[in-house]
Amino acid sequence: MATATLGRRGKAVPFQRRERRRANLRALLYLSPWIIGFSIFFIYPLISTVYFSFQRYDMFTLEPVGLLNWKYFLHDDAAWTSIKNTLWLVVVMVPLRVLFGLGVAQLVTKLKAGAGVFRTIFYLPSLVPVVAGTLGFVYLLNPGTGPVQAILGAVGIPSPDWFGDPAWSKWGLTLLALWSVGDLMVIFMAALLDVPKQLYEAAALDGAGAWQQFTRITLPVIRPVVMFSAVTGVIQTLQYFTQAMVAARVASGATDSAGSVFTPGYPDGSTLTFPEWLFQEGFRDFAMGYACVLALILFAVSMIFTLILLRQFRGFSEEEA
Amino acid sequence: MTATLAPETIARRPAASTRSPRGRALLYWIAKHAIAVALSIMFLGPLVFIILTAFMSNRQALTSQLWPQTWNWSNFADIFEKAPLLTWISNTIMYSVLATVFMLVSSIPVAYALAKFRFRGRKLAFLLVITTMMLPPQVVAVPIYLIWARFHLTGTLWPLIIPMLLGDAFSIFLLRQFLVTIPREYSDAARVDGCSEFRTLIRVILPMARPAIAAVGLFQFFFCWNDYYGPLLYAGTDQSHWTLSLGLAAFKSQHSTQWNLTMAATILAMAPVIIVFFFAQKVFIEGVKLTGVK
Repeated sequence: MATATLGRRGKAVPFQRRERRRANLRALLYLSPWIIGFSIFFIYPLISTVYFSFQRYDMFTLEPVGLLNWKYFLHDDAAWTSIKNTLWLVVVMVPLRVLFGLGVAQLVTKLKAGAGVFRTIFYLPSLVPVVAGTLGFVYLLNPGTGPVQAILGAVGIPSPDWFGDPAWSKWGLTLLALWSVGDLMVIFMAALLDVPKQLYEAAALDGAGAWQQFTRITLPVIRPVVMFSAVTGVIQTLQYFTQAMVAARVASGATDSAGSVFTPGYPDGSTLTFPEWLFQEGFRDFAMGYACVLALILFAVSMIFTLILLRQFRGFSEEEA
Repeated sequence: MTATLAPETIARRPAASTRSPRGRALLYWIAKHAIAVALSIMFLGPLVFIILTAFMSNRQALTSQLWPQTWNWSNFADIFEKAPLLTWISNTIMYSVLATVFMLVSSIPVAYALAKFRFRGRKLAFLLVITTMMLPPQVVAVPIYLIWARFHLTGTLWPLIIPMLLGDAFSIFLLRQFLVTIPREYSDAARVDGCSEFRTLIRVILPMARPAIAAVGLFQFFFCWNDYYGPLLYAGTDQSHWTLSLGLAAFKSQHSTQWNLTMAATILAMAPVIIVFFFAQKVFIEGVKLTGVK
């Protein structure tokens, strides 16, 4: 701070330059763990991934194959299935989660009695370990054993075979995602409570109804937060792995965890996500060169969304820095 | 409670209630709370069913009945015989504790530098932290796996723990977001009193940042506790290196129809998280708010 002020005023040049160099060195020292980590676990692997994408590699033999891996991708049906599934999750699951989170948050901020208790209840499921929650949902939604079937049946609605039917499996995962909406709710609640009260009072004086107040005041004010959460949600969904993997494994009744037999995507490839296919190709079939092709595609897509995020982020965070 | 009271209250004064402003406010109040109660049932329902099933007999768990005919407490003892749960639990604790401690030691100085120091490339460094935070772990998985294979550490959990000594992007980001909100006057005052930069961090900043450090630490701990992808990639086929999440996912397949035991094991994995949450609820909520970015 002091050095920067000095520098801007342009006084005492040699002293100031020495000070600035000291400040840079000190920052370097504090940052060093991350700089080393960034180099070993980001820069090097990224370059290496590009290199491997032109090789055939199974951890024993390394053979340059030119563009073969890239060409194979164009004809890899499973890869395209996984892209379609991941896209489905981005287009359906992310918006539903944001809308639901916003709705629940809006409700809790409006509650007069027991708001704290309700907030706790709604937040709780988002803490449940992913594997445990997924197991629970497969059991609950299982038509043979699950209570959901019994309850829907009592009201006269036939229950689908959620995780056993390709048409419904992704909806089952979506229900699971909506159940654990608590983190979004907390973020949106904080944003909603930050909206200046006077705005609502002024609007109410002008005769604006509840819906108008929401669309004209609330939404514009919290828009950055909602957008940030939506983009973060897309990036997280591009990595969607555990829930799909566990649901498919448990629903299919397949054996083993870390060896062989199980191929993700049950039923019928309907839950196969892109990262799952990458994992399968790279670490189960040991087609590591080809997995690197998939990795670079995933990298490109997530970078697009990260750049969108960074642009937004600069908009509403830099002034305090 | 509210739902059962509601209809009577309206019924007593049917005509006046909807027309007068007070009546409308009351209706609005009832509607809001009724929705909240309905949502609570939906959010808590799955947890309640998991708990109820965990107590059922194996045969009853295969029916769609909701309430246990007999409360089989022995299920919770049985699961320890069916699988090496104690090994998985101790592996999970080792992974979670070491990763959290390593992460805090390495990430706090980085976050502090990003929040408070002025140096060349500060903005760029922060942008790169966000970029790595957003990067799907699968993108760089192959080369990193090969590094650990070269050190013969695949088949253990160490590839998930050791990198935490070199900082974690998400934690750095969250800590930085909190540290920028601490007014500069505090560290300036410490410096006037002759504190070195490092002593300022330890003596002045860290005590003030305690809530954020607690939140970030808890997030990291639970991320590890819940992690499935990492152990699936590195722990290998030897069950003695598995974590609770990994074992839990395989549990149902190995004991194929025993839903009651699977649910009992599920509760075992959930319980610590939920207990800690009730003790540290405020820390959690404040931490989640930090992730939302202001």
